[in-house]
Amino acid sequence: MSTFALLGAVEVGLLFALVALGVYLSFRVLQFPDLTVDGSFPLGAAVCASLIVTGVNPYLATLAAALAGACAGMVTAWLNVRLKILHLLASILTMIALYSINLRIMGRPNVALLGETTVFSPLDALDLPTYVALPIALAVLVVVVKLALDWFLNSEVGLAMRATGVNPRMARAQGINTEHYILGGMALSNALVALAGALFAQSQGAADVTLGVGVIVVGLAAVIGGEAIMNTRAVWRATLACIIGSIIYRLAVAAALNTDMLGLKAQDLNLITAVLVTLAMVLPGVRMPFRSKTKGASGT
Amino acid sequence: MIKVNQLAVTFNRGTPMETPAMRGIDLNVPEGDFVTVIGSNGAGKSTFLNALAGELRPDSGTILIDDQDVTSWPTAKRAGLVARVFQDPLGGSCADLTIEENLALANARGKRRSLGGSVGRSLRETFKAKIAHLNLGLENRLGDRMDLLSGGQRQAVSLLMAAMQPMKILLLDEHTAALDPKTAAFVLNLTREIVTERNLTTVMVTHSMRQALEIGNRTVMLHEGRVVLDVRDQERDGLQIEDLLHMFERVRGSQLDDDALLLS
Repeated sequence: MSTFALLGAVEVGLLFALVALGVYLSFRVLQFPDLTVDGSFPLGAAVCASLIVTGVNPYLATLAAALAGACAGMVTAWLNVRLKILHLLASILTMIALYSINLRIMGRPNVALLGETTVFSPLDALDLPTYVALPIALAVLVVVVKLALDWFLNSEVGLAMRATGVNPRMARAQGINTEHYILGGMALSNALVALAGALFAQSQGAADVTLGVGVIVVGLAAVIGGEAIMNTRAVWRATLACIIGSIIYRLAVAAALNTDMLGLKAQDLNLITAVLVTLAMVLPGVRMPFRSKTKGASGT
Repeated sequence: MIKVNQLAVTFNRGTPMETPAMRGIDLNVPEGDFVTVIGSNGAGKSTFLNALAGELRPDSGTILIDDQDVTSWPTAKRAGLVARVFQDPLGGSCADLTIEENLALANARGKRRSLGGSVGRSLRETFKAKIAHLNLGLENRLGDRMDLLSGGQRQAVSLLMAAMQPMKILLLDEHTAALDPKTAAFVLNLTREIVTERNLTTVMVTHSMRQALEIGNRTVMLHEGRVVLDVRDQERDGLQIEDLLHMFERVRGSQLDDDALLLS
């Protein structure tokens, strides 16, 4: 694999680490299987790209994209907690609706950002090739987001959000309004995903309505893959696992596609993803017997 | 402290599975009373407790806690007034969180939760002192996950969590039912200690008649969604399980007679 391909994989891995952190919030913290992600990722890209081509400041456009994602997450959460629609179905409804909404926002299936000023434009001033500078800038951003998320999840509010996911009845008994926390958590989750979408569009130079296909599986692959390779008991470990999982996933995909031996091509990406996710899901199960043996029995 | 007036709820109303769980429960619990609630399966004990906690909205009737009408308040809003210990040892705490995180959750009950750190150094010391009181050696295990504890340890911690913040009423939902006899006795003693120490107004649901007479100062029997027996203090002191059984039989008998009268 060339350095270029390697750094490219790391760059996309870092972008999708934001998706993974969002998916971790919904799937793991709130235990809310959320497919909205497939819609909120291109939503972030669409909002950001459309605003940038109309001359809006790229930072503002990126912020607007994150806010749009938050709204999408809240719609899903609202369908679930207020209208009592099953979480999975609620998220599918939002995802489908977002496909139309994204087309409406862009006015066409894709918006090119070639030649536009983006949040990554200041990197051009650096004495580094873009394919090196971009991953570094993204790494800094991802680490900042990770640390902020760690801090949030260990705050009183964050703890209440974790309790909402683990044991909602107990959470209510402790005075936690679980509905509000689900709404807030889903907003935060999809804001992160939309932010990733906005940055993806800016780094790839275009927003496309089909960007969202399979984003949820890639996010899940990162979360589950990370959990398979490291202990995720503490929050900071779990968030770190999301980032590492995301990068490893991209490297694995790049390696698979670059090895001519296997005869794999780009169109096999979704198949590879499905196989990788399945493997990652089975791995912890294989390790389980070893874990429970070492766990000490505790008496009263 | 608690005034329950004509509380009624029917599950699956309008379907063939329609079940009236409460058919007009009246109960007045003055401050400092420790009421044990007994009754056979389906008598409405759990439904009654869920209604007090706010998990269930009654079809009719009112609930007053500390002279406030809380009938329409959801559970979270009542949490400043009501603390609860669940029957399932896993139910009252978060298995995935550490002991200190669980204590921190309970410590914020009825208060506004902030974006500040949940477990600071001073709070950890407070927790340590409180949990050392249980004599379970948990004071050095605050960072352990809750699911590493045994059922009895969990119930003891749940009690501690319930007592963490001031409350108006304490609800105990068969909280020793899932424990072995020795552990159950330990948790019951702890309950007695905490309730006496703080002079808490307490409602405890149990299906053990012995336990119901052993603890508290008042026993209420529910049957088919109504209060059929209410004994307290001296009147209750001399009672044996047999007496209670006789009363229970008599109630059942008369109930049958009533039905017979209605049918004829």
